[in-house]
Amino acid sequence: MFWQKDIEALSRKALEELQLKRLKQTAHRACKNIPFYKERFSKLNIKPNDITSLKDIQRLPFTTREDLRENYPYGMLAVSKEQVVRLHTSSGTTGKPKAIFFSKKDVDRAAELIARCLIMTGIKKDDVLQNMMTYGLFTGALVMHYGAEKVGVLVIPAGPGNTKRQIALMQDFKTTTLHLTPSYALYLASVMGNEGLVPRRDLSLRRAYLGSEPYSEETRDKIEKFFGIDVYNSYGLSEMNGPGVAFECVNKNGMHLWEDNFIMEIIDPDTGKKLPEGEKGELVLTTLCREAMPILRYRTRDIVMIIPGKCKCGRTHRRISRIIGRSDDMIIIRGVNIFPQQIERVLMGIKAVAQNYQIVLEAYDQMTVRVEISKDLFDGRVEHLVNLQNEITEKLRSELLVKPKVELLEPGTLPVSEGKSTRVIDKRTL
Amino acid sequence: MEVKQISLFLENKKGRLWEAMDVLAKAKINIRALSIADTSDFGILRLIVPDPDKAKKVLTKSNFTVRENDVIAVGVSDKPGGLAGILKILTDADINVEYMYAFVEKSGEKAIVVLRTDSISNGKKALKKAGITVLSSRDVYGL
Repeated sequence: MFWQKDIEALSRKALEELQLKRLKQTAHRACKNIPFYKERFSKLNIKPNDITSLKDIQRLPFTTREDLRENYPYGMLAVSKEQVVRLHTSSGTTGKPKAIFFSKKDVDRAAELIARCLIMTGIKKDDVLQNMMTYGLFTGALVMHYGAEKVGVLVIPAGPGNTKRQIALMQDFKTTTLHLTPSYALYLASVMGNEGLVPRRDLSLRRAYLGSEPYSEETRDKIEKFFGIDVYNSYGLSEMNGPGVAFECVNKNGMHLWEDNFIMEIIDPDTGKKLPEGEKGELVLTTLCREAMPILRYRTRDIVMIIPGKCKCGRTHRRISRIIGRSDDMIIIRGVNIFPQQIERVLMGIKAVAQNYQIVLEAYDQMTVRVEISKDLFDGRVEHLVNLQNEITEKLRSELLVKPKVELLEPGTLPVSEGKSTRVIDKRTL
Repeated sequence: MEVKQISLFLENKKGRLWEAMDVLAKAKINIRALSIADTSDFGILRLIVPDPDKAKKVLTKSNFTVRENDVIAVGVSDKPGGLAGILKILTDADINVEYMYAFVEKSGEKAIVVLRTDSISNGKKALKKAGITVLSSRDVYGL
């Protein structure tokens, strides 16, 4: 099943011609309307007219999350505010978020891409989709919501959490399709298991879309077996609309990335050079149809590879693997992006905390921040330590939007770490 | 001399209490009294020892987080109502007790109560005014 067969199964040659035409337009618009790009182009001594083939994309400047942050709030906007209808944000390393704008057309295009994704997995108008992602500033829930409505599916805007109510909704409305994070799917399975609920017998589920967090093939198997459903991988990031950038078809072997809307490159994260197809590297994306906020060569920091060969489904848009890793130290918990530097900044702002700390990730989505207390500020009073523990917990919660467990440690307990990565211990098996 | 107490921060970790005791044992420091305040995540061990300065030194050297502070020690008759009498005095003087622990003297006639009030000097003043003997460090350590 196709939503837009003419585009989805377009010949490679025609697809690449379309990409080139749109790349030229995007470069022109970005250069003309966004001072940031104008400056970058002139620094590199290039002009949008220099683009004559798709290969020329390699001459264009990269855009990093720091660039988006520095141009927060309105700096990356290519249209007047009158044309903007929606704002989403994404968390950043320094507390300042990245602002992502949508024009009316952008909202519609993002929904079209989701519609392609859903139809690709066999969804029909009589399906019921329970959307268990976070509604709000995150793109995850709303973009999916609009796309599913476009298809004509009944959408239940459940949001995350309140597991008992989620189960009741599934039972009452005969939900067939779930959209959620892998960690929440595992949690849901454990709750249902404890309550003696057998999804195959008691529910009407047929499929689930899992995204927002990296997870393994083993976890997919586990979730598919427990719920008796097909699980499809979903890839997206707020900077590129959110979900709907790449999605799995019924063959469940890699995610088709919508190449009429994005140009993908796989590069060596250290040198920035393009890697041959089939090699692992950092995914770099350029928007081709975005009106309000075109972005050139965005460094996603996600490590993936392009799966070579044609897909049996007939789509010509190439597939990417699931996320193999990150080229930075971002951690994702409960679907929320967190940088260890955010935690460090909070801790270093609290006097009674010593230099060393450690972040431990466990179970599905448990985060423990282990903090060494300062020897000099220890005064032997329990209530001061309890207050300190509460203060750290609350400050971290308000910075990260996720509540961690805070453990106070004796100074000198933790190994002295030089690299940031050794501060994060990930014991999760997603 | 003021009665000193040693407070020790202890992570909730297997063997940590033993390690602290081992440091004191090796330094030949005898413990007169102890108390542990704990939450689910950590504890604070409070100790009365004959040579608090030395105890602090050896524990700090072994990387423990240590604090030395003043407490009030009083002798209480080892019979019903003994402790209540002391606390009544402090309550009437509007003095709050943060924590306390008690141990019985070897002779068995008196119990010694170690008190930490929000203001040590006010606590002592109130007790003395009511005719209670506040013990000196020699009275306590030399037990």
